[in-house]
Amino acid sequence: MSAAAPARVPLGKAVNAGLRKALADDDKVILMGEDIGKLGGVFRITDGLQAEFGDKRVIDTPLAESGIIGTAVGLAFRGYRPVCEIQFDGFIYPAFDQIVSQVAKLHHRTAGAVKMPITIRVPFGGGIGAVEHHSESPEGYFAATAGLRVVSCSNAADAYTMIQQAIASDDPVLFFEPKRRYWEKGEADFAALDAAEAYPLHKARVVRPGTDVTLLVYGPLVTTGLQAAKVAAEEGRSIEVVDLRSISPLDMDTIADSVRRTGRLVIAHEAPVFMGVGAEIAARVSTECFYHLEAPIRRVGGFAIPYPPAKLEQHFLPDVDRILDAVDHTFTD
Amino acid sequence: MSDLDEIVQLVTIAGERHIHPDFSTYVDDVDMADIRKLYEDMVVVRRLDAEATALQRQGQLGLWAPLLGQEAAQIGSARALEADDFAFPSYREHAVAYCRGVQLKELMPFWRGTSLSGWDPNKYNMATPAIIIGAQTLHAAGYGMGVNFDGANSAVITYFGDGATSQGDVAEAMGFAASFAAPVVFFCQNNQWAISEPVTLQTKAQISHRGHGYGMPTVRVDGNDVLAVLAVTRAALELAREGGGPTFIEAVTYRRGPHTTSDDPTRYRTAEDEAEWIRRDPIERIRLLLESAGALSEGDVKAIGDHADAAAAELRRGCLELEDPPAMSIFDDAYAEPHSLIDAERREYAAYLDTLDA
Repeated sequence: MSAAAPARVPLGKAVNAGLRKALADDDKVILMGEDIGKLGGVFRITDGLQAEFGDKRVIDTPLAESGIIGTAVGLAFRGYRPVCEIQFDGFIYPAFDQIVSQVAKLHHRTAGAVKMPITIRVPFGGGIGAVEHHSESPEGYFAATAGLRVVSCSNAADAYTMIQQAIASDDPVLFFEPKRRYWEKGEADFAALDAAEAYPLHKARVVRPGTDVTLLVYGPLVTTGLQAAKVAAEEGRSIEVVDLRSISPLDMDTIADSVRRTGRLVIAHEAPVFMGVGAEIAARVSTECFYHLEAPIRRVGGFAIPYPPAKLEQHFLPDVDRILDAVDHTFTD
Repeated sequence: MSDLDEIVQLVTIAGERHIHPDFSTYVDDVDMADIRKLYEDMVVVRRLDAEATALQRQGQLGLWAPLLGQEAAQIGSARALEADDFAFPSYREHAVAYCRGVQLKELMPFWRGTSLSGWDPNKYNMATPAIIIGAQTLHAAGYGMGVNFDGANSAVITYFGDGATSQGDVAEAMGFAASFAAPVVFFCQNNQWAISEPVTLQTKAQISHRGHGYGMPTVRVDGNDVLAVLAVTRAALELAREGGGPTFIEAVTYRRGPHTTSDDPTRYRTAEDEAEWIRRDPIERIRLLLESAGALSEGDVKAIGDHADAAAAELRRGCLELEDPPAMSIFDDAYAEPHSLIDAERREYAAYLDTLDA
């Protein structure tokens, strides 16, 4: 590796670096969650931060998800910018009421007098062979709630800047981290990455240009989507891979622009397809791009079942073959 | 702090002063003129409450949550607060809002439906009504943690009912506050009823025991005794400011009206029960106390009544003067920063409305 080449760092380390930068830049930023202090979080995403910033900035909380979010609301009233860690996706439901009834609504309820700059970090998704409640994709519930912003990073550089952008936002942000990609390395030169000047938080990005079909993915499935595009290219088919990045708001400009160029759309996510994020996007694309579509929009995702046991999860999670099967359908339907 | 089963009382139903070994000293500075002011507060908020109830019956408010019977619990606790303390109420704390200086016209928009709130929480250091039961107690705990992180010397009070103590959020709030020594006073108005459910359905234990399980001092106070409530709340706030962490106060009182104007308490409680609590009226005992001390003349009573009537008239005027907000304001403040979906929906709905005008 030459001295000038950016370092290749795991996504999880990039989130850690982004949190460290946010803590250093603004003393109103505080982290709170279960086991995030001495342990550094069960995924070690907050590793070393309590030692560096102290237990008033990086707070181990009681084992109470509603309490974590509800006290963050009070801290926001006091002028703090709490960053809450929910240990696993399936553990967020006890906090659901505080998130959708309080965090999401207090700015609107107080006619803008009280801001809720709360970031809620959620390691989400499957593929790590976990037991139940540890592999879910609940992003759709939150995207359906006005007042919340919902984003998901997919690579180290984005993880580093997006977490800082989320924390800097005066709105509450659900920050979904693809837990099975925590160890996946990507190029990220932290010294050169300025969150304020980085790619905007709510903009989708074409991560692989293509001409035949648009494949829309986010979070853990961006890697899968890129793999699928590579395989397709070997077979002579050009897939344009778009990393959605932001689920609420949606960057419809980037999505529609891509679909108008390719004429076909496949949307893949781990959450069940029924009533999922893909359904919203499909409806909007069919309205905005109806006369550009060469085929019905296809969705690939989880089935309408509870997340299966680990030994069966490969059937539930969209993989390269299922995605390519959906792509093929857009040429034969 | 005190025996868990004891009820702290400083003024009897007959208007006689009690001395309490732990709490009387907290109101040593309160003279008859101050007590007359507390009396006036209670008379005014009872009058305001009656006016708001009438406004609802006349179709001017969508709903109202009457506080009749709880005047002493709210006035006594709220008058214990300093300006830099912060209150997180439920939706019945109109008297607390009154004491915090919230303008009377600002009490109305929430209930009339012209706004989701009436006032700026930062202006009065009091959050606007919380409808989800018990949710605000966690906000108080978090705010109190922030007070500690700031090294500040203020305290926090949160109001909730006996029913709320069944909620997980209240349990979590007490856990957080106790673990982090947050300067929070958990002020439970045990008004005996959670809509139609009696307090005995919420717990087999005494409500004040709830705090004990979290290792915090607990006090059970006669919620219809404004002086006792003032004393115990001052004690709890002082402890909080000194770094002593949270206190749980159970103010034993009674909601004499309905839960809200949509409720019908005749379906679930007896006239005898209500009569007993009329006998324990919070205003009457202070009137007897003041009169026996020669501190309440007929002229005083009339002046206080006139003040209450004027406040009620101001409340009514403030209510009737509220205008429906412009249609496009529904999109305001959903987010603090621009949001493309909101921007798009605002544009589309504005265009639609324009077609109706054309």
